[in-house]
Amino acid sequence: MKISRRQFLFTAAASLGAAGIAAAAGKNDVDKLHEARYYKKLPQRKIECELCPRRCVIDDMERGYCGVRENHGGVYYSLVYGQVCSANIDPIEKKPLFHFLPGAKAFSIATVGCNVMCKFCQNWEISQANVDQVKSMELLPAQTAAIAKDRRCEVIAYTYTEPVVFTEYMYDCAVEGRKAGVRSVMISNGYINAQPMKDLCNVLDAVKIDLKAFNERFYRELVAGELKPVLDTLVLLKKQKMWTEIVYLVIPGQNDDPGELREMCTWIKNDLGPETPVHFSRFHPQYRLTNIPATPLEVLRKARRIGLECGLYYVYTGNVPGDEGESTYCPNCGAVVIKRFGFSVLSRALKDGRCVACGRAIAGVWS
Amino acid sequence: MKRRDFLKSLSAAGLVGFSSSVPAEAVGESPQMRGRVVMVQRPGIVDAQERADAVKLANMLDAAVERLFEEKADKIWRTLFSPRDVVGLKVNCLAGRGLSTRTELTQAVVDRLTKAGVPHEQIIIWDRRDRDLQRAGYTLNSGKGVQCCGNDRAGFTEHVYEFGAAASQLSLTLMRCTAVINLPILKDHGIVGMSGALKNFFGAVNNPNKYHMNCGDPFVADVACLPPIRQKVRLTICDALTAQYEGGPPFMPEYTWRLESLLVAVDMAALDRIAWQMIDEKRRQVGLPTLEKAGRKPTYILTAGDAAHRLGETDPMKIEWIRI
Repeated sequence: MKISRRQFLFTAAASLGAAGIAAAAGKNDVDKLHEARYYKKLPQRKIECELCPRRCVIDDMERGYCGVRENHGGVYYSLVYGQVCSANIDPIEKKPLFHFLPGAKAFSIATVGCNVMCKFCQNWEISQANVDQVKSMELLPAQTAAIAKDRRCEVIAYTYTEPVVFTEYMYDCAVEGRKAGVRSVMISNGYINAQPMKDLCNVLDAVKIDLKAFNERFYRELVAGELKPVLDTLVLLKKQKMWTEIVYLVIPGQNDDPGELREMCTWIKNDLGPETPVHFSRFHPQYRLTNIPATPLEVLRKARRIGLECGLYYVYTGNVPGDEGESTYCPNCGAVVIKRFGFSVLSRALKDGRCVACGRAIAGVWS
Repeated sequence: MKRRDFLKSLSAAGLVGFSSSVPAEAVGESPQMRGRVVMVQRPGIVDAQERADAVKLANMLDAAVERLFEEKADKIWRTLFSPRDVVGLKVNCLAGRGLSTRTELTQAVVDRLTKAGVPHEQIIIWDRRDRDLQRAGYTLNSGKGVQCCGNDRAGFTEHVYEFGAAASQLSLTLMRCTAVINLPILKDHGIVGMSGALKNFFGAVNNPNKYHMNCGDPFVADVACLPPIRQKVRLTICDALTAQYEGGPPFMPEYTWRLESLLVAVDMAALDRIAWQMIDEKRRQVGLPTLEKAGRKPTYILTAGDAAHRLGETDPMKIEWIRI
């Protein structure tokens, strides 16, 4: 029996398998070029990319650091527009977004590529790959929105790799999603310039930023990036009133210094507001950082305590199913307003965005 | 030990000709070959239509390797390569016809390998992408005869190889080879300064885009130190018939000059050090700033020669530059 491309994707996405469509999709076709946004032309057919803080200057026939944007004769192209290498339906809690439509299903998609090179990347097989290495399936924005709606997903999540590098596709998908009544969330490292981020704020509904450390050394040595632009992005998102949550992967001996965590939490409280959710997630040995053990639970709990002591209202532990730090507590009365186990919502004591017990407004997007 | 004794030692030790994998120390880092670069120049070898005379070019190649190893060409090829070897010819085709490794030169190398007993099916011409090879005039082939394919078709290792700041998956073509002949071109590079012997191995990894920061330093040297590269490269033959001193890596004919030369070495770092000098000299002649003054000093070449990399000699005073 022949199966249409769309049916195939449904099947693949519905399986929720880790490999998504990547393992079974058809031939990759990198010749389908889509002109990139955010670049300027330079002499000798060079261009300067203005998408992320790297500002790569790229010669003709070469690609930017992300590996998915290529200069052809002085015109810059995205090689991954509509080229989806992974698609799954995930609970929104897996992103994680805990204060945005709890229990919602997120049609989660990615293309190849990333603009940093974290030594601990969980998805390095697709984020650090060459476009030619990974099979992808063409999924144009209207199709993406249609699939999300068809599968009763309230949200499209741009995730797994780094959506900044497929910003044109993400933007167009979000526009199509809005037409179809499907919201969009970006799961990102926040390493993006102000203008493209501002433009995305017009079409996105929530953003999760991976804040990987609170010092430049870590960013330089383990991420191949910089901290400052990420903090700038967080402040920009706050100014744009974009719902934003922060994930901090706690890596033993690398970014778990209590003093530094305290400094970071204080900065978040003062510059972003105490209602900004912060998730301290458990590290597992991955990619090029296999010599470091998984984060001890006590370290995560200590990080959470620091966050709460600094005055943050919503501080979570992540990747530890069953821990009390997975649930949302009312900052006023301490009642459990959302009880979770892993990525599942077990119970809610939240009505119209307020704590049922005391009536305190709980920050977030609840409907 | 003299250089011709070096070849004898390789045979006697069974390092080349019998083994399928040559230790790095045997060829790439041999003290006898360190810092020795032969440049053979033949004015008029390229005609008005930019075609190279294949016979004269083959003669140039023979003259260069004979001078490099101080031995007869036939013996050199027989000693360096055995019929059991799978030999990868890493060409450089990014810039298309006009500034890629010439097919005539690659054919001359194929002919010599064939004469040394390497079967055609065990010779693989390779670069990053099929389309790059085609644009440079190569015919893709995965059937009988000499093989020719891009990494995009061959694929990459699952394993990530690391050295210093480099972490890459490697071309499966490279992994299939027991020996590699490096066939770069000589050209300016807008980001890392220049592209020659060392930089050519960006075409062996899955993520060259990650390695252009800081003028490619230390990334170019680190990539060349990834063990499967370091251990397999036995000879570098740089096609400098047409060289480019500005505007690279794409082909910009207004910045090319007819050098009509081949640069041949075992020591990739020394070859690149000489190539850097030549590009700077040409830039001075036409009134352009040196690469350093242009803000793209190829310091990765110096890094290649440091104690952490030991890829060759980069002190110009210690490089034996033989011009014939």
